[in-house]
This record gives sequence, C-alpha cells and structure tokens, in this order.
Amino acid sequence: MSIPLSWYLILAAALFAIGLFGVLSRRNAIAILLGVELMLNAVNINLAAFWRYLDPAQMAGQAFAVIVFAVAAAEVAVGLALIISVYRRRKTVVADEIDLMKW
Amino acid sequence: MTAEQILFLLTGALILGSALMVVATRKLLHAALWLVAALFGVAILYAILQASFLAVVQVVVYIGAIAILFIFAVMLTRREMRDQGQQTRTNWWIAALLGLLILAGLVFLILAVPGADRLPAALPEGLDTVRALGNALVSPEAYVLPFEVASVLLLAALVGAVYIASVGKKD
Repeated sequence: MSIPLSWYLILAAALFAIGLFGVLSRRNAIAILLGVELMLNAVNINLAAFWRYLDPAQMAGQAFAVIVFAVAAAEVAVGLALIISVYRRRKTVVADEIDLMKW
Repeated sequence: MTAEQILFLLTGALILGSALMVVATRKLLHAALWLVAALFGVAILYAILQASFLAVVQVVVYIGAIAILFIFAVMLTRREMRDQGQQTRTNWWIAALLGLLILAGLVFLILAVPGADRLPAALPEGLDTVRALGNALVSPEAYVLPFEVASVLLLAALVGAVYIASVGKKD
C-alpha cells in the first residue's frame, strides 16, 4: 500500500474534467449522457478512496458509492428512454434541435 | 516505484485515455465501447482500493447493464448522425477551457489540503468489508433510509422509462 491519497483525487479530478468537456462540447444527446457517466465515475473513485484512506471501519464511503450506482442506473434508464422517445417523434438526437421547451 | 504504483499509473493511463476517446471519437458506437474500457479501469481501481464489492458491482451494473443500454440506444438512433455531420459544438474550445480550469483548480486545492499525501493504514484485523457493507446498508443505525430511497428511485425510474419509451396508443 504505497499510493498517496492525492493520486486518486487527481485522477478523479482529471476524469471529471474530461467528462465535463464531453457534456459541454458534444451535440449528440447520447454522447452527453456518456460524459455524465464519466463524471459519476470520478465521484465514485473519490468516495471509495476516502473510505479506504480515512476510516475503513466506517462504511459510509462504500454505502454512498452503492447509492451513486443506483442513481446512475436510474439516470441512464430515464435519459435513454427520453432520447429514444424524442428520436421517434422528431427524428433527431441533436441536443440543440430539441428546443420545444426553450424560449 | 513499487509494483502497486506502476499498476495504478497504468490503470490511470487506461482510464484517462479511454475517457478522452469517449469524448473525442466521432463514431458514437466506438465512444460507447471506449466507455466500457474506462469503466473497466475504474473497476481495477476499486480492486486496488480493496473495495471488492464495488469492483464486482462496477463490472456487473456499469459494464453489464449501463454500457449495454448505451449501445442499444446508439443502435436504435443510428441513422441520424452516423459518421457525417459535426459531432462537437462550434464553441467546443470554451468547454475545453472550462474543463482545464476546473482541473487546475481541483489539483491546486487537492495539493493544498493537509494530509492529501497520506498513505492508507492496513485494514483492521478481521474486518470483512463485504459483510460490514451489507450490515451498514440494512442497519437502522446506518444507511437503511438512503438504501430504501435508492430502491424507490430505481423503481420509479424503471416505471417512468417504460412509460416514456413505450409507443403510446395516440401515435
């Protein structure tokens, strides 16, 4: 066990930044959801690393990582269902063109 | 450089390289497959952290379910912008700048926090992390309420997803 805590945190920060770039720069709605997944994974790395490095007997970090898993699954299910529904009606998955509620 | 550090650096390179391909590649199906590689790297990280349950759940739930769901969604919406067409917004450089700024700020903060260079203590003698996690998730003194809320959220999301994606009678 010779890895400092900061390595994990910096790796997670880099993964979060890449995911943020994906969310902000892609036009395809599915690609935006891929970026959100990367950001959620960065958060989970942090939770697991803090659990291991601070107090392994307290399961808080792992418990909340499990809850983030559940939230990620729910988010993907609803998000992809919305995208498929929009695609069926409007024949587009470009986030800019889905502007019915934008004014 | 111990073997563990080398393993960590290789895994980190795998994660970051795959993540960059996810946000940079033109073909969406390839992006979904690169996401699988990145998620697998994160599972290796959990294994290094001795969070065995999280590593298994990462492979089963993320790679086994979420990534496959993405691939299905890509295939169902494939004709739209398959290989031609602009994949990124015109002002993508603002997004890149924002990402770099956030990365720089986070790294600065992480290095400034006291104790960020700590090494992990050995796991307490006789601590079964899977059993402890299972107890914590159903114990009223611990996390039974967030656990149940997550269950209700998943159920609601499942019903909502089926309702939204189903072909209504009106169409």
